[in-house]
Formats: sequence, C-alpha cells, structure tokens
Amino acid sequence: MQQFLESFLPAGPLVVFVFSIIPLMIILVYALFAIWLERKVAGHIQDRLGPMHTGGWHGWSQTIADLVKMIQKEDIVPAKADRFLFKMAPFIAFAASYAAFVAIPFSSGYIGSMIDVGIFYIVAITSLLSVSIIMAGWASNNKWSLLGAMRTAAQTVSYEVPTVVTILSVIIVTGTLNLMEVTEMQTGNAFLGFLPNWLIFHSPFMVIAFVLFFIASLAEAHRVPFDLPESESELVGGYQTEYSGMRWGLFMLTEYADMLLLSLVGATLFFGGWNSPFGSFMDGPVWGAFWMLLKGMILVFVMMWLRWTLPRLRVDQLMNVCWKYLIPLSFVNLVLIALWEMIF
Amino acid sequence: MMEMDWYLGLSAVLFTIGVIGVLTRKNAIVIFMCAELMLNSVNLTLVSFSAQLGDVHGQILVFFALCVAAAEAAVGLAIIIAIYRNNLTVDVTKINLLRW
Amino acid sequence: MDLFAVAFYVFAILIIGSAAIMVFSRNIVHSAFALMFTLAGVAVFYALLYAGFVAVTQLLVYVGGILVLILFGVMLTTRGYFEKVRTRTVNLVPSTIFAAIIGLMLIAVYVTTEWTLMPLEDGEVTLTGLGELLLTDFMLPFQVAGVLLLLCIIGAVLMAARTRHPHPPAGKSSQEGPGGPSYGEGTGRS
Repeated sequence: MQQFLESFLPAGPLVVFVFSIIPLMIILVYALFAIWLERKVAGHIQDRLGPMHTGGWHGWSQTIADLVKMIQKEDIVPAKADRFLFKMAPFIAFAASYAAFVAIPFSSGYIGSMIDVGIFYIVAITSLLSVSIIMAGWASNNKWSLLGAMRTAAQTVSYEVPTVVTILSVIIVTGTLNLMEVTEMQTGNAFLGFLPNWLIFHSPFMVIAFVLFFIASLAEAHRVPFDLPESESELVGGYQTEYSGMRWGLFMLTEYADMLLLSLVGATLFFGGWNSPFGSFMDGPVWGAFWMLLKGMILVFVMMWLRWTLPRLRVDQLMNVCWKYLIPLSFVNLVLIALWEMIF
Repeated sequence: MMEMDWYLGLSAVLFTIGVIGVLTRKNAIVIFMCAELMLNSVNLTLVSFSAQLGDVHGQILVFFALCVAAAEAAVGLAIIIAIYRNNLTVDVTKINLLRW
Repeated sequence: MDLFAVAFYVFAILIIGSAAIMVFSRNIVHSAFALMFTLAGVAVFYALLYAGFVAVTQLLVYVGGILVLILFGVMLTTRGYFEKVRTRTVNLVPSTIFAAIIGLMLIAVYVTTEWTLMPLEDGEVTLTGLGELLLTDFMLPFQVAGVLLLLCIIGAVLMAARTRHPHPPAGKSSQEGPGGPSYGEGTGRS
C-alpha cells in the first residue's frame, strides 16, 4: 500500500498522511451510511418506512442533511460546566477509538502498523474511551451525565474481562497477537473441502467463544440491550446530555466507530478477516477490503437488529450477566479450547 | 534512540514531582496518585536501563511492578473508602485518632 | 534531529507538565485527569524504548484499571458536587527544597556513573521471548503475582463492601430497603 501511494504522490510526509487518513475516510463514510441504515432497520422492524424523502431514493442523504444541520448549531457549554474538560472529552473519545484502527488489517495490502501486540493494543487503547466518558460526564455538571458516566465506567471495566478472556481463547489457537498474521492463518479451504478455513469452524467451542465475544462487545460498544450509559428513557442522554452541535456529533461518531471496530475485530478473529469465503475466487487486496468491510457491516447489522428487538437491562441485571454468567462461561470455554488444542 | 541520561533525568524529575506531591498534599487520594507517579518513574528507569544495557530482565521487572501497583491500587482505594466511611473525610491531617 | 528526539522532547514536556498539574491543581478531579496524560505519556516512552508490550500493559493496567478506580474513589469520597473536590497544600517550601535535593542527587548519580552501554536493537525483544522468560526463569514470581492479585481482589471487596449481616436480627429485616444487596462499590477489580 505504501509503495503504491509513493508511486504517484510526490513527497514522503504526504504519503504518511494519506496512509494514516484512510481509516478516517472509511469511518466517516461508514458512519453516514450506518446512521441511515439504523433508521431504515428500525423502521422496517417496526413496520414503518423510515426516512424516505431526502435525496430521493429511500432517503439516502438524510444523514448528510442532519450533518449540515448539526454543523450550523451553536456550540453550547453550560455555564457551570468545567469548560476545559467539557471541550476536551469528545476529542479524546474519538482519538481513542480512531487510534485502535491502526492494528486492524483492512485488506492483505493495508494495515496501519504491523505491531506484534496488535489485538492487545486495541483492547488497551479503547480503555481510554471509558476515561473520556467519565470526563464528559463529570465536566457537564449534571446529575444525569454523571450517573451515565459512572454506569459506563462500571460497565466497560466489567465487560472488558469477558472480552479479553474470549480474545485470549482465540489467541491460544492462533499463537500470535498480530491480526494480520491471524488473518493469514485463516486463508484457504480446509474443513470438509468446502468450509473456509475460518477460526469459527475450528472447533465447537469457538462458536461459544464468538457468542460470548459478541455479547461482551455489545456491552463495550454501549448498544442495546446494554445501552445503560445513555438510556434515553431514564437518563435523558446519559453522558451526552449537555452536549450539542459538533461535539455531540463527535460522540455519535465515536459510538459508531466503536461498533465498527468491535465488528471488524470479531470478523478478523472468527470470520477470516479479508479472506474471501469462496477460497481463491474473488481474492486479492481490493476484494479483501470489500470482504472485510462486508463482514464488519453484517455484524453491525446484527447489532442494529438486536437494538430494535430486545429491551434494555436493569443495572443489577447488567452486572449479573457479566459477573455470574459471561465471566465464568468464558473461563470454562478458555480451558476447553486449550484442552481441544492440546488433544487435536 | 536518545542518550540514556535523558531518560534517567526525566524519570528523576517525575520522581521529584511525585515526592513534592506526597509531602505537600493533604488529600489521601492525591497522595495515592503521587505514589503511582513515583512508581511510574521507577518503571521508566527500569525500562530505559533495559533498553540501553541490553538486558530484557528490566522489562520483566516492570511487569511485576505493574502487578503490585494494580494490587496496591485496589487495596489502597478500598482502605481510603473505608476510612471515608468512618471519618467522612480523606484529609490525612484529620485522621488523627491514634495520635497523642 | 530525528523523529525519536522530537517525540522525546514533545512527550517529556507533556508528561512533566501534566505531572505538575496533577500535583499542584486544587481540584482532585483535574489531578486525576492530568494523571491520565502522565500515564499515557510514560507508555509512549516505553514504546520509544522498544518495550511495546510493556507500553500496552501500562495503558491497560494504569489507564483502563487504576485510573478508573481512582476516579471512582474521588467520586465516592467527596460530598457535594463541584466545590467540595478542592483541597489545599501544606509545607510547600520545605518539602520542595527536600524534593529538589533528592532530585538533584538522583540526577548527579545518573550523570556521574559510567554505564557500559549495549543498546537493544528494534525487534530484539519479542513478545515470544518475553513470554518464554516469564514462563521459565520467572515462573515462581509469575505465580506469586497471580496469587497476590487474587488475594487483593478478595481483600478489596471485603474492605470496601459495606458490612451487612447475612441474617439481620428480627424486627430489623424491613430496613433492608428495595435496593437489594450492594455491589462492593466497583472496587473489586484490579
């Protein structure tokens, strides 16, 4: 990818700039599309049509219109808020979520950095997100915001444990933390001649690991049924209550980027990343990016589907699900996967 | 890579700031944070020795330091919260029940 | 001046500045958030010193764990919302002199000692090498660290959780309230 850019861009710093801004472009376009998709999914699940007018075909430019409206809005900071922290929080949140994309292999030709701690780095850097949400909640000087922020911290810290343990059980199989190498391991057709060589088909326990990972990642991304940090009907807007205009937009962008990040991690760890499902058919760097994003989008779609299907949990139920079910199950699963690896 | 003296000097400065904090602040949680800062500066020293003297054991030592720091954070904050529950303050000059 | 030197100076200024804010700010929450920048900056220095895994562990343990714990601690030990989180400083002059003496002594020792330098190359310390060291030469400390963490989880939960009688005396059982059992105030993680 870097050589490709160097072939037609004049200067070295420009190459680095373009190279590092590619995920940002993907996130921005994806966020515009995903917010529209979310409304359409919501509409169709509730037997409505969703946005239909803006832009002509099925209201495709509704989000763009919303974005233009949002840019025009006044940037309001509450009088009693802690101004500096209040203004800084959205940027830290988005920086944390964007920094994690560095270790995601978008295709066989593009990964931000081949660091050998890949997935561990993603887990670590996204923990800045919960700190920035506490920052936003505290600086707003608002009871709803603070409650939402405290819930976020408790939720993120708790659900990090099952996420990390399920990722660990995948790492036992792959033996490397670098997501590029994890994806390269899953190339080809091995099982029964037609199933792709993806880790989810590796053993029955991998399916359990994926389900646990998906539930925990729903909670990490603050999606329904675990959207307690911003539960509209009880906390107004949670930590985003006092935000408006583009700062609120940054939080929204962070939320969607986080969804995409966790979906891409799930796709890489369990569904073969940029590998084509048809073996060497439709393979290659460009198709790789297509497959990677398609797999990510399917997982994002499942998250949206769940949002309009399941009701929200209570706080105590949330903690029960994590500490009494997910963590013990993920530890047992870890041991079982390790045994499977040892025997076969 | 920079000269090792720079890293060592930086960690010495951090350690000094931590010491000032422990000596001047009265809130137990701030003192706690300053102790974390001092631990960090020592870890930075260990890692820079490890990088410049070509010995990986420095990094291993940092892992154990991190482990102990995590344990210390959990227990230390639990103690501070327990003190707060009994005294309704975390000001270390007012926690003087055993002072003569 | 190469990129390493630029990164060193920028992040050195960042962490010294944020550490100073942490120590001298009157607002505890500001101190805690300044600590976040210091910890993240130290992680950057680990990465500059080819200790990538240590850097990531630093982020995970300090920023993701200890800092969140500290913020919880601040919120649980302050009454009132905004004004009560302020504290004051004491003994500023004597302790600064004392600390400055310590710092100067440290720097003097560092500068005057003759180190035999054998700098690591990039990529010399691998994740695999570290893991093998941890599971062979350092097996016993590794296990002991695990036991220590388990013990401190139990201890923290015991200390921070409100002591409740499992079987309240007769006549007092109605005071339990609708809230149900408490959760140990979120301090049970390390």
